[in-house]
Amino acid sequence: MANQEVDQSKRRFLIAATTAMGGVATAAVAVPFVMSMLPSERAKAAGAPVEVDISKIEPGAMVTVEWRGKPVWLINRNQEMLDNLVKHDEKLSDPKLDVPQQPEYAKNATRSRKPNLMVLVGICTHLGCSPTSKLKAGEEGMGSDWPGGFFCPCHGSKFDLSGRVFKGSPAPINLEVPPHYYISDSRLLIGEDGKGA
Amino acid sequence: MQKYLTCALNWVDERFPLTANWKAHLSEYYAPKNFNFWYFFGSLAMLVLAIQIITGIFLTMNYKPDAELAFASVEYIMRDVNWGWLIRYMHSTGASMFFVVVYLHMFRGLLYGSYRGPRELIWLFGVGIFLCLMGEAFFGYLLPWGQMSYWGAQVIINLFTSIPFIGPDVSLWLRGDYMVSDATLNRFFAFHVIALPLVLVGLVVAHIIALHEVGSNNPDGIEIKKNKDPVTHIPLDGIPFHPYYTVKDIVGVVVFLMVFSAIVFFAPEMGGYFLEANNFIPADPLKTPPHIAPVWYFTPYYSILRAVPPLFNSQFPGVVAMGASVMAFAALPWLDKSPVKSIRYRGPKYKSWLAAFVVSFLILGYLGTEPSNVWGQFGAGVPLVGGADRATVVARVLTVVYFLFFALMPWYTKSDKTKPVPERVTG
Amino acid sequence: MKKLISLLALVMPLLAQANEGVHLDKAPINPANQASLQRGAKMFVNYCLNCHSASSMRYNRLKDIGLTEDEIKGNLMFAGEKVGEPMGIAMNKKEAKGWFGATPPDLSVIGRSRGADWLYTYLRGFYRDETRPTGWNNVAFDKVGMPHVLYELQGVQTLQTEEVKDADGNKVETHKLVLDKPGKLSPAEYDATVADLVNYLMFMSEPAKTTRMKLGILVLLFLGLMFIPAYYLKKEYWKDVH
Repeated sequence: MANQEVDQSKRRFLIAATTAMGGVATAAVAVPFVMSMLPSERAKAAGAPVEVDISKIEPGAMVTVEWRGKPVWLINRNQEMLDNLVKHDEKLSDPKLDVPQQPEYAKNATRSRKPNLMVLVGICTHLGCSPTSKLKAGEEGMGSDWPGGFFCPCHGSKFDLSGRVFKGSPAPINLEVPPHYYISDSRLLIGEDGKGA
Repeated sequence: MQKYLTCALNWVDERFPLTANWKAHLSEYYAPKNFNFWYFFGSLAMLVLAIQIITGIFLTMNYKPDAELAFASVEYIMRDVNWGWLIRYMHSTGASMFFVVVYLHMFRGLLYGSYRGPRELIWLFGVGIFLCLMGEAFFGYLLPWGQMSYWGAQVIINLFTSIPFIGPDVSLWLRGDYMVSDATLNRFFAFHVIALPLVLVGLVVAHIIALHEVGSNNPDGIEIKKNKDPVTHIPLDGIPFHPYYTVKDIVGVVVFLMVFSAIVFFAPEMGGYFLEANNFIPADPLKTPPHIAPVWYFTPYYSILRAVPPLFNSQFPGVVAMGASVMAFAALPWLDKSPVKSIRYRGPKYKSWLAAFVVSFLILGYLGTEPSNVWGQFGAGVPLVGGADRATVVARVLTVVYFLFFALMPWYTKSDKTKPVPERVTG
Repeated sequence: MKKLISLLALVMPLLAQANEGVHLDKAPINPANQASLQRGAKMFVNYCLNCHSASSMRYNRLKDIGLTEDEIKGNLMFAGEKVGEPMGIAMNKKEAKGWFGATPPDLSVIGRSRGADWLYTYLRGFYRDETRPTGWNNVAFDKVGMPHVLYELQGVQTLQTEEVKDADGNKVETHKLVLDKPGKLSPAEYDATVADLVNYLMFMSEPAKTTRMKLGILVLLFLGLMFIPAYYLKKEYWKDVH
C-alpha cells in the first residue's frame, strides 16, 4: 500500500479518460430514452396534414375539421362579412397582426391566402376552450354592433371573423392560423406551408 | 471552488451522513484483496437490476396491460416508438442476463462457501432475491401476451391446482378468472412493475447491508478481520473497496456490456432462447402450441417437475419436488458441516458432488427445453426401463443427484479430507 | 473455471441437436437487397394484403427499403388511406373465418414466428388435393386453410409418393412435388419471386433490424475503445496492492 512511486499524473489522466468515455457512454444511452418520449410514428401519423375538400362550403358557412386533435375552422366569408372586417380595427387588441399567430402568407388584411376562406385553430388563446361561432352580424345576445365572429363560453372572449381578439377579452392574443396551402382550387391541406412559403 | 464544495459537503453532513456512508460502504469498506473473476457478478447483478428498472419504466410508458391491446402495444413499441426496439431488447436481454449473472454469483457462493457463518443472512436475503427474480420473470413473461406467454402462465398456474383440497381455489384466485385472461394479465402487470420490484430493491439493500456488516468472504474462505493491523485496526489483507474494486468493477462492467450489447444488437432472440418464436403469435386460448417449454432459466426446475411421476393420481409430488429444488438453496448454511469454506481446501468428495450437481443442473436445464422424447426410447428388451423415454429416465437419475447433493451434504462435507487453511489470503 | 468450460463443452453439442419435422428449404434472401425488398413489397400488397392484414406495419415505413412517399402512394396503396396508416384490410374477421375455416392471421410478425425458411418452403409447397375444401394442401402446413393464391404464377403441383428402401432395407415413403401444369413463371422465376416476398416479410417482421446491426458495430467499437483506459486505470491502481 505504501508505495512511494505513485505516478499521480498518470492516474489523473487515466481517471479523466475513463470518466470522459463513461460520460459519453451515459449521454449516448440517455438519448434513446429521451427520444422515446417524443411523438411516436402513430402520433405523427395521426398528426399528419389533413386534406379537405373546400368546394362544398357555402359562402357565409363554416365547417370544422380535426387536425392534431384540435378543431380547425374553415369559414367561407361572403362579401358582407369581408366588408365588415375592416370597420372595427380600433376595437381590436392586435389589428396589425404584430403577434406571430399566423404564418407570413396570412399576415395580410384578411389573414388568409385566399381572401374569402379563413382557416383558424378553434382554440381560445386564453385557457384553451373552443369558442362558439356567432357568424352573423348583430347575432342574438352579442349586441347590435356585433360584426360577426366567435364567442368563448368559458370566460367571454370575443373574436372577429378573422380570429382577431376584441379589446377587453380575457384572451390576450388572436386565434392561431395553422399552416395550410391549396393543393388545387378545391382542395386545401392543413398542417403544411406548402412550397414557396 | 474546493472551498465551496467542502462547505456544501459540511452542510449536508450535518444533516445527512453522506461522508459517513461513503466511507462505510466504499472508501473505508475493506474487502479482501484476493477477489478473482467470480467476484464481478455481484456488481454486475446490480447493473442489470438498474438496466431492468430504467428500461422497464420506459416500456411502461407505452405498454398496455389489456388482453386486446397488449400484443399490439409491444409491436407498437418495437416499431412506432422512437428507439422503442432498443429499450425493449435491452429489457428482454436483461431478463435473461440477470439470470446468467445471478446463477454465476450463486455458483461463486458454492465454490467459496460464502453462505457459511457468519454470512447466513446474506445468503438468505440472496435466496429471497432469487425467488423475487423468478417471480418477476414469470409475471413479466405474460405481458407480451404471445402464445408462450399465455400457455406458460396457464401451465404454471395449473401447478397450484394440484395442491390437495385448496388447489383449484388457489389457482382460480391467482387467475381471477376461469382461465388466464385479461384479469390475470392486469394483475400480473401490477406485480411485475410495482409489487415485486419494491420487494426486490428492499432485499438487495438488506443483502448489501448484511454483507458490509460482516465483511466479504474471499476465494480462500478466510476471515480477513482476524488479522488486523494493531494500530489502525484495518484488516491486513483488506483493501478499500474504493478505489481498488471500483476501478476493477469498471473493467468488468465494460466487458459485460460488450457481451450484453452483442446480444441486444446482433442476436436479441438468442436462437429462440431469450425470445421464443411462438411468442410472436398472439395468445390464442383455443390453440396450444405443439411444444411448450419455459424460458431457459426455469428449465432445470421444470425438468424436475416432469421427472417426478404422478403419485396417487396427483401431480402434487412433482410440484413439491420443483419447489424443494429451489428452496433447497436456503438450507445450505446449515447443511454444510465442513471445517473449511473454500473449495481450494476441500477434499475430493465435495468437489465430486459439486461437479455432479452442476452437470445435473445443466443437463436438466437442457432437457427442460426439449420434449421428453428428444432422445427417443429405450428398446423394449432393456430391463427396468424398457420402452421408456430415455430423456425422462436420465432426468429422473439427475433429479436424484440434484437432491442428494443437498441431502447428503452434512455427511460428505464432514467426512471429507481437507487441506490446511493458511493464516493469510493467498494470491 | 476450466472445469466449467469443459462442462459447457460437454453440454453444447446436445443443445445443437436440430428439431425434427418437415424438411425446410433454405430461403435465398438478402435483407440488404432493396430491389428485392421492393419487389417483395409489391407482391405482398397485391397478393397477401387482400385477406391478411399487417396491422403493425405503417405504409410510410416502406421508406426504409428505399421507396419515396409518392412511390408508396402511387404503386402500393389502392384504398386511398393515408401514408402513415398501418396496412389494414377491409375483410370482416368473422366472414373470413366462415370462408377459410380460420381467420387469416395478421402478417406483421409472421417472419419472426415462422422463420424465413418455413415461409419459403410453404409458399412453394402448395399442391393439388381434392380432399381439401379449397382443393389445395401444403407440404409445410398439412391441411392448410389457405388456398394457393399464387397458383397462376407457379402453376399446379401434385404430391407424388414413392416407396424406397433405405440403407437398412426398411421401406420408407418419400414425397416429391411435381409440377403438372406450368404457370406464368418458370420454376426458377417463381422461386426468385417467392424469395423476394419472403425477404419482404422478414423485413416487415422487424423493420429496425438493419439499424440495429449498424448501430451494434458502433457500440461494440466504442466499448472496445473504452476498455483500454478502464483496463490501464485498474492496472495502475492495483500496483499498490501487488
